[in-house]
Amino acid sequence: RVSGVFHPLIFSRPTSFSLPVSFSPTLSLSPPPLSFSADGNYLLSCGSDKSLKLWSVSRGTLLKTYSGHGYEVLDADGSYDNSQLCSCSSDKTVILWDVATGQVTRKLRGHAGKVNCVQFNEEATVILSGSIDGTVRCWDTRSRKFDPIQILDEAQDGVSSLKVSEHELLTGSVDGRVRRYDLRMGQLHVDFINSPITCVCFSADGQCTLTSSLDSTVRLLDKSTGEMLGEYTGHKMKGYKLDCCLSSKDTHVLSCSEDGHVYCWDLVEGSLMLKLPVGKAVVQSLSFHPSETRLLTAMEGRVQVWGAEPEETEEDVVVVQQEKA
Amino acid sequence: MASDSDSDGDFVTFGTPLEPLEEDEPLRKPVPLHEQTVKDEKGRYQRFHGAFTGGFSAGYFNTVGTKEGWTPATFVSSRQQKAGRQNARPEDFMDEEDLGDHGIAPRQITTTADFASGRKDVIRDKARAITSLSAPIPGDTVLEDLVAPARSSMGVELLRKMGWKDGQGVGPRVKRRLCKQRADSATRAFGSASPPNGSSESQDEEDGEFLPENLTFAPKDVTPIDFTPKVDLHGLGYRGLNPLAALRGGPGAGHINLFTMDSDRTNSLFGEDRKGQRRRGGVAGQGFGVGAMEDDDEDIYHRDIMSNYDTVLGGEEPGDGLYGWTAPQQYNRTKKDHSKDAAYLGKILEGFTLASDKLETKTIFPPPNLPRDFRPVHYFRPVVDLSSVSPMVAQALQTSRGHMAQEAPSKGGRHQLDSAQRRELLGEATLQGPSSVFDLLKVEDRERLSGLRRPSSDTSSGPRQPTPGEARAAVVAAGVAAAAARASAQKALSSRFAPHAEQQQQEALSVWSGPTAQAQTGQTFKPFERTPHKQARYDLYIDQLKQGDRDALELSLDPTMTEWERGRERDEFVRAALLYKPSSSSLSCRFTRGKQDDGVEADTVEVTRDQENDVDDKQAAVKMKMFGKLTRDTFEWHPDNLLCKRFNIPDPYPGSGFVGMPKVKRDKFSVFNFLTVSESPTASASPAPQGVKPSEPGKRSRWDVSGQAGDKERKEKDPVSEFLSVARIEASGSGPEASTTDGPTTDPTVEPDTEQKDEEEEEEEESRPSMDLFKAIFASSSDEKSSSSSEGESEEEEEKEEGVRSRAGTGPQISNQLNVNTTQPAPPVSAIPSQHPDVVFKTPSGPAAAPPPRDQEMEEEEFGPRLPPPSSTLTAERRPSLTPSAKDDKHKKKCKEKHKAKKHGKNKKDKKVRGKQLNPGE
Repeated sequence: RVSGVFHPLIFSRPTSFSLPVSFSPTLSLSPPPLSFSADGNYLLSCGSDKSLKLWSVSRGTLLKTYSGHGYEVLDADGSYDNSQLCSCSSDKTVILWDVATGQVTRKLRGHAGKVNCVQFNEEATVILSGSIDGTVRCWDTRSRKFDPIQILDEAQDGVSSLKVSEHELLTGSVDGRVRRYDLRMGQLHVDFINSPITCVCFSADGQCTLTSSLDSTVRLLDKSTGEMLGEYTGHKMKGYKLDCCLSSKDTHVLSCSEDGHVYCWDLVEGSLMLKLPVGKAVVQSLSFHPSETRLLTAMEGRVQVWGAEPEETEEDVVVVQQEKA
Repeated sequence: MASDSDSDGDFVTFGTPLEPLEEDEPLRKPVPLHEQTVKDEKGRYQRFHGAFTGGFSAGYFNTVGTKEGWTPATFVSSRQQKAGRQNARPEDFMDEEDLGDHGIAPRQITTTADFASGRKDVIRDKARAITSLSAPIPGDTVLEDLVAPARSSMGVELLRKMGWKDGQGVGPRVKRRLCKQRADSATRAFGSASPPNGSSESQDEEDGEFLPENLTFAPKDVTPIDFTPKVDLHGLGYRGLNPLAALRGGPGAGHINLFTMDSDRTNSLFGEDRKGQRRRGGVAGQGFGVGAMEDDDEDIYHRDIMSNYDTVLGGEEPGDGLYGWTAPQQYNRTKKDHSKDAAYLGKILEGFTLASDKLETKTIFPPPNLPRDFRPVHYFRPVVDLSSVSPMVAQALQTSRGHMAQEAPSKGGRHQLDSAQRRELLGEATLQGPSSVFDLLKVEDRERLSGLRRPSSDTSSGPRQPTPGEARAAVVAAGVAAAAARASAQKALSSRFAPHAEQQQQEALSVWSGPTAQAQTGQTFKPFERTPHKQARYDLYIDQLKQGDRDALELSLDPTMTEWERGRERDEFVRAALLYKPSSSSLSCRFTRGKQDDGVEADTVEVTRDQENDVDDKQAAVKMKMFGKLTRDTFEWHPDNLLCKRFNIPDPYPGSGFVGMPKVKRDKFSVFNFLTVSESPTASASPAPQGVKPSEPGKRSRWDVSGQAGDKERKEKDPVSEFLSVARIEASGSGPEASTTDGPTTDPTVEPDTEQKDEEEEEEEESRPSMDLFKAIFASSSDEKSSSSSEGESEEEEEKEEGVRSRAGTGPQISNQLNVNTTQPAPPVSAIPSQHPDVVFKTPSGPAAAPPPRDQEMEEEEFGPRLPPPSSTLTAERRPSLTPSAKDDKHKKKCKEKHKAKKHGKNKKDKKVRGKQLNPGE
C-alpha cells in the first residue's frame, strides 16, 4: 500500500464478464494489442483476426471494427484528436484509418517484413513504424506521397518497439540497443542493453526511458546520460515480446510477465509492490490509463480493465473480448 | 410549262398538273413532315436551312462536326514536315459540292498569279482575312506581309527585262523637251481637276542647260483612266461606308483614298501595299464613328486642305518629277555648286555628284610573310616525354615528328614548344605517368604503330639506320609470336585448371612487361599480404613478369605443393596480375592515393562514419550494471527536413545534403572474396570439420572493425581498459548471459554440412547479412579441401588480430563465442537454429498435420522476441518435459511449437480440433 495520489496497487479481479465456453484457446492477440486513446475513454485492440477493434472503456462495448489488414494486426495507435487510427500488421503494411467511417485512408507499403510497432507523432502528421526488417519508416500523412519521408535503418535487427515524444523517437531493437533519435539536436543516442529489447517507453516527465528486455529485466535509464536509474526484476520475460509501462504519474513500473501476472514495482525503491494475477497464460500486453489509475491487460484474447480498489464500487471493471470475426 | 394543244389550245398551263382524282380512291395520306426529306445527288439527306440564308445547311448542322462529335485532325508528327507550313486552306473545309460548278468555290481554269493581271485571288484573300483575324496579333498577318515574296506578274517581268524600271512609263525614251511637252499635254487633257492618281509636271524642266543633248528620259508613267461607270447615287468621289471593307481583303481592299497625303498617293501609285496603314478589321470610312476599341480617330472627319488641289493650271507637281532617278533631292540641293565642281573636275557622270565629305581611305595590310618551310597542313602529334617511354617508342616518335622536339626550341618561339619543353623551361616537376595515349597501348600495338609509321618517316626524313630500339622491338614481336605458339601447346595441358588460363597468362605477361610497368617502381598492391609466403611467391611472379619471363608463373610457384594447389595458385596469380595490371595504375597515378590505406581488407562500402564502440566493453559494462558512458554512443544524425517540419522543429543541420548518419566509403569485401579462388586467408584460416569456427582475421564485420578502433581507444584510457579486461574475463569465463542467449556454441551432434546449409539459409533470410556470413559461406565450401599448410599462418594472424580476445583466456572457443555474440546482428533466438539443426529437423515429426513451410518458419525464428503464446496451457504442459540443462533448446522448441500451434489456429475451420489435438500430443 502506497500513500499519495496513486492507489492502484490492489487491483480487483474482473468479475462482471466471464469467459465464454467456446472460446478458442488458439486465438492469440498480437503483442501490443492494446492502447488507450489519448483521452483514455476508448481502447483499441488488435488481433490475429486481421482486424482492429475500438471499444468503449467505460461500457465495455464494441464500437467499431476496422478490417482491411491481410494478416494479424500487430500494433495500433490513435491520433491525438481521435479522428485517425494507424495500425500495422504482419502483411508488411501500415494502414491509416478514419475512425468514424472505418475506411482505410491510406495503406502504406514499403517495409520488407512484418511491422512490429506503429506510432503517430504528436500532431498525427507523421506515422512512424518499426519493422522486423530493421528499419523505422516515417510516413507523411499530410502530403499525397506514399513514400516514407525518411528511413531510419540504423538498427541492426528488427525494431520491436517504438515511442514518439515531442521531438524524440525512441526505438528498441532486437539487436539489444535502445536508440533515441533527437530531432531537435540532430543526434542519435544508442544505449546498449545486450539483450533484445521488447518494449521501450518514455516516462511522463520525459527524463527517463523504460526498457524491458528478454533478460527478464526492466530498466529505467536516464535519458540524457544513459545511466541506469533502476532495475526491476522478478518477472519472467524470456521469449515473448511483452510490454512494460509506467504509471500515469511515473510512480510505478509495470510489466507483463510470462507467468500470467502483471508485476508492479515502485519506481524509486525498485521493490516489487504487486504481483497482479491476470490469468494462467502469458500476459501479452498492458497499457496504463493516461490520467486515471486504470490498467489494461490482454491475455488469451481477453482484454481486462483493472481499476484501483477504492473505485471498485463503480462499474469500472470491464472485460472486453476480441474474438475472431 | 407544257401546253396541251389538243384540249385547251388557248390556255397556257404553268407548272405540273395534279394527277386527276379518282372517285373511289381513298384520299392519299399526306406525307408527314418528317418524311419530307430532301436528298442531294448522292442520296444524303439535306436539311433546309433558315429563311434568311436559304438553301441547305452545310456540314452537320452547319458545323464541322459529325454525329459522333467533332473529330480533330489526327496527329501528324511535325518531325518530317517541319518545313511545310500548316496553313489550312479554305478548301480543306469545303465539301465537294462547294467545289462544284454551283458551289461557293468552283474549280475552274484560271490564270495563275504569275500571269494574272491586277485581279486578286478572291478565295485566298478571304482566307487571309480570316487568318489575320485569328492571328496572334489580330488583324495583321504581320510576318506574312513582311516576308511576302516579291511577286510580280509576268508582264512586269518582261518589262523589266526590256529595261523598264518601276515608276517609269512605258514607251520609247524621249528627249527632255519632248518629255516636258508630253507632260504638258497630259495636264491639259485632264483639265483643272487633278486626275486620279495622275501625274503632273515636274518643276524643273527649264534648267536643262546642264544636260547633255544625247540624254534621253523614260516617258512618264501614265495611269490608265478608269472607265468604271458610276452606278451609285453618291456624289463624285464619295466612297461612303464600305461594308466589304469590314473584312480586309474584300473588294474594298484595293480602295485608294484620293484625299490622303502625297506619300500615300505615290505609294499607291507604285502599287505598294498599304495594308500596314490600314485599320484593323471593322467598318471604316468617312463619317463613321470610332469604336471603343480603336484608338486612332484622325480620319473620322475628313479634313480637306487646299494644298491638295492644284491652284494653277499645269502647275507644279509635288515631287521632283524625275522618275527613275535615284538621287534627285541631292541633285537639286547641290545644283549650284555643281557647275563649279564640274568645271574643276571636268565631266561628271550623269546623276552623280561630288561627295561633300571625303571618304576615309582604307589602310590595307599586306598578308603575312609565310616562312619558307611552312606547310599548310597541320596534324597533332602526341607529346611524349622521352624519359618516360621506352627508347624504342621515343625513337619512333622522334622520327615521325622529324626531330621537331630537338630543333624547335632553338629557332621557334614559345608557340612551337610542346608541353614537356615548356615544363622544363618553367622548372616544373614532371607529371607522373604517361603523358600520351601512346603509353597506354600494349607493346604489340605500339610495335604495329611504329611499324606503320616507319615507312612514312623514312620517306620524310630520308634513309636512316635502324635503331637498336627497333631491333629490340622486332625481337620482342617475334618473341610474342613464338610465345603464342607455345601458349597453344601449353593450353592443352593446363586447360583443366582454367579454360582461359593461358590467354590470361599471356595477357598478364604482355601487360607487365610493358615499359610503363617497368617504369613503375613501387608496387603498392599486395593481394596476399595475409600469407607472406604466398605474397612472396606472387612478388616473384610479378618480377619475372616484368622481365618478360614466359615461365614466370611456373617458376614462382612452390614446387612442394600439390598439383591441385599449384593449379589454384596459378589461377589466382594470373587473375591478380590482370586485375591490378600496371596500365590501369599508370592512369590512376594521376590521382592521389587515399589517405587511409585500407590495405588488403579495404572495405569500400558505404559505412556510417561513426562506428560504435567496442561491444565487448559494453557487454562487460552491462554485466557490471554500469550503464551510462560505457554503454552509450552518440552519433550525429540528420533528420529529413520534412520530418523536422512535421515535428515543428527547426532543422538541426540546415543545408546538409543528406539524411541519416554520415557515411563514408569503405570496402566491405576485398576483390578476392569474389574470386573463385579458395586459398584466400579466409579459407585457409578456418579449420575444417568442427562446427566451431574460431574467429579469423578475414571474418570481420562492422563490429570487428570497430573493435580494433576500440582497442586503440582502450590503450588511451588505461584505467578503464584494465578494469574492463578483468570484467571481460569474468563475463566470458562465467558468461551466463552470453551463453544462454546465444545457446551453446558447440554441439557435437552437428555435422558441418548441415551447419553450412543452415547458415546459407539464414543468410538468405537475413536482411543485412554480416560479413562473417559471407565469409563463412564462401570459405566453408573449401574447408575440407584446403590444405593444412596454411593453418600455421592463420594462427599467427589470429594471434595478431585477436590479441584482446584471446586475453579472455579460454582459447578460440570463447573468442568465437564473443564473436558470434557481437557480430551476429540476429537475435539470440535466431542464432539457435544455426547451431541446432537437429532441432530444425526434428520438428516436422511433431503432431502437426502439415509442417509449415520451412523458410517461413525460419523467418519467423529469425527476428526478435516472439509473439506471446495463445494460451498458457501449452507452455505449462511443455515446460516440464524438457530437461533443465537444455534451457535454450527447450525455449527454442517451445517457441517453435507454439508457433505451429498458432499457425493451426489461423485455420479457422478446424481450429478447435487442432487445439485439442495439440494439447495432449505435447
